[in-house]
Amino acid sequence: MNETILTLEQRFGARLEAHRRDSLVFVSVPADRAAQAVAWLRDRGGFTHLVMISCVDWIERGTFRLLYLLSSPQERRDIGVYVDIPRDAPSMESIHHLWAGAKVYQRELREMFGIDFPGSPGVNDPMILEGWHDIPPMRRDFDTLAYAERTYYPREGRSTRDPAADTAERVYPTDEELRRGIADLARRTYPGGSKDGES
Amino acid sequence: MMREYAMTALKAIASLLLVANYGLLLIGVMVKIVARVHGRFGPPVWQPYINLAKLLSMRTAISHGVMYYLGPVFRLTGGIGLYLLIPVVFGSSWLGNFSFAGDLLLVMYFIFFGMLGMALGAAESGHPYSAIGVMRGLSQNTASELPFALSVIALAVQYRTLSVTGIVAAQQGGVLNWTLFTNPLATAAAMLAFLGMMGRSPFDLHLAPQEIPVGPPTEYHSSYLFMMSFNRAFFASAKLILFMDLFFGGATSIPQMIVKTFLIMFWSVFVGVCFPRYRVEQSVRWFLKIPALLGVAAVLLQML
Amino acid sequence: MTDDTQKMPKHRSPVPEEELLSGDSFLDPAEEGLFCQDRPEPVSPSRVKIVRDFCNWAQANSVFILAFGTGCGAIEMRPLFTARYDISRYGMFPRPTPRMSGLFIIGGYASVKTIKRIVRSYEQMQAPKFVMGLGSCTVNGGMYWDSYNTIKRLDHYIPVDVYVAGCMPRPESLIAGFARLKELIRAGKAEGANRYAKDFEWYKRNQRRIITDWNMPEHNW
Repeated sequence: MNETILTLEQRFGARLEAHRRDSLVFVSVPADRAAQAVAWLRDRGGFTHLVMISCVDWIERGTFRLLYLLSSPQERRDIGVYVDIPRDAPSMESIHHLWAGAKVYQRELREMFGIDFPGSPGVNDPMILEGWHDIPPMRRDFDTLAYAERTYYPREGRSTRDPAADTAERVYPTDEELRRGIADLARRTYPGGSKDGES
Repeated sequence: MMREYAMTALKAIASLLLVANYGLLLIGVMVKIVARVHGRFGPPVWQPYINLAKLLSMRTAISHGVMYYLGPVFRLTGGIGLYLLIPVVFGSSWLGNFSFAGDLLLVMYFIFFGMLGMALGAAESGHPYSAIGVMRGLSQNTASELPFALSVIALAVQYRTLSVTGIVAAQQGGVLNWTLFTNPLATAAAMLAFLGMMGRSPFDLHLAPQEIPVGPPTEYHSSYLFMMSFNRAFFASAKLILFMDLFFGGATSIPQMIVKTFLIMFWSVFVGVCFPRYRVEQSVRWFLKIPALLGVAAVLLQML
Repeated sequence: MTDDTQKMPKHRSPVPEEELLSGDSFLDPAEEGLFCQDRPEPVSPSRVKIVRDFCNWAQANSVFILAFGTGCGAIEMRPLFTARYDISRYGMFPRPTPRMSGLFIIGGYASVKTIKRIVRSYEQMQAPKFVMGLGSCTVNGGMYWDSYNTIKRLDHYIPVDVYVAGCMPRPESLIAGFARLKELIRAGKAEGANRYAKDFEWYKRNQRRIITDWNMPEHNW
């Protein structure tokens, strides 16, 4: 794996992000050379299986971070290639000529994040959202709760138990309950006395 | 004169009522048997009656045109026509039905006529799956008619008559007179063709419920479906009685008829629960091989 | 315990005109004359009590379920048709086409894409027809209560007779739901089809609000 990382650093300007174990490594590659890096990994690196193309919206940094997860069935190792693209006009080179199945992932990213992959077959076809008029919904500046309350009719009377508050109540009783418990104990008398001792 | 006509009509209606009820109960019993084979309880045996009552009590229905309406009517005509020409109980006054020379050919025509009528009706419903189902059903029906026709020719040559009642009469006088024993090749060919005609596994692709939603009856609903379901009972029992008459010696009493037709139906159910479904081209090829050869052999044997 | 009922906006019904999205139907002009343009009419049961009772009994004891697994509830429908929880002993059978079926089980969440097909299938069923909502998502959105793509209340889009709560309810709960549905049918209270025909405009407005690419007829006969 080390030779692969070395070659990526030298030829494509990659940077090692995380070395989880010998069979799982994450690198990040600049956007203009990412497609060539992925092609090299497929042809020379032995990573013939494209597992997925995924994306995270780093709204604080103003980028979309794409992840190309590749896997090598023969050598049983995986590599993840991070690619940062600007959030304003997101567009990335398509890799549908390397794997035909990449066109589905690219279509999904186009619908959910708005990332364009010029040339990918059918990239503008709606996949899950038919007749969608708003911004791509997986972006973090899309308020899904507000949209849901505006568009659909919630049923009145729905209540939620927040897990954190529920646990705190059950495991760490409040001061009020502590006081009540102490007063309760104080009312009873100890064995040998009058009230509680006899059974 | 009028009195005779009225009596004949009454007898025919009584005979039809008997076979309708018998057919519905038979379908219920067969569904129950299949369910028990699967290890579950299954619906009650009178479930076909409840289904028919429910279909009659549906409040709306959509018609796609005249032919769509006439499709089940043709099928019912085919079923009733088929039934009224074959003797249910040989020698009975009201269950002997009608007969004339050459009615065996008319019977074969009625079997095909029903399917054709429904094909036209289903085609007018405009559903693409109906058309696919109709195409498959007709090809399979045509293929399964071949061994049956050959076996009928062998029978006609053997008994020198084309009247079903005549064939039944020739088989009276003991078990060994049955066509099963006097012409086993023709019986074998016809029983194999019977599997195709009953439309159960492995020959039920034209009704494939998951593939093409039940094929020809896809668009049929409410009272139209009532007529088609009612006709299923008729057709099934009429075919069973025909096979009983041609190959297993007919029946001289109602319990005998019930036992024999039950066993013949059971043969197709037995094969049905054991085997998976054939594709249409596979089933057509299958019918044109062994059953057709058996039929040809039966005819040749008779010619010698 | 957090109770966020106060935070939810109250929606009144019917939907006011100004809240409608501007999705108009774009039916192919060549297909204009092929569809029936009438709206559905309520069809009341027979006025003779014995006929009405007999029809209700027949409808309750022979239920054809539309075999359309709309969501994750479909996985609980499958065991019902097999040997262990066999519902054919109750007279319920799956049917592949909406024309022949009387009960539509909406299993689980309904995304906008699915609700369009649900509406289309539901309208092709013949009266009397019943709907069972399976799972919490049909009741109040369930675990997708804040999702941008799933509906939160099924009975605003098609009329519902019985809800079975759970995520997912086990087949035994489903059988209890079927028993309740049979009670309703026998009592003559399962008239969802007539409700739909009576409040047709309200249902259509709710549907058009979320289904924006309406490339099908107004009512799918």
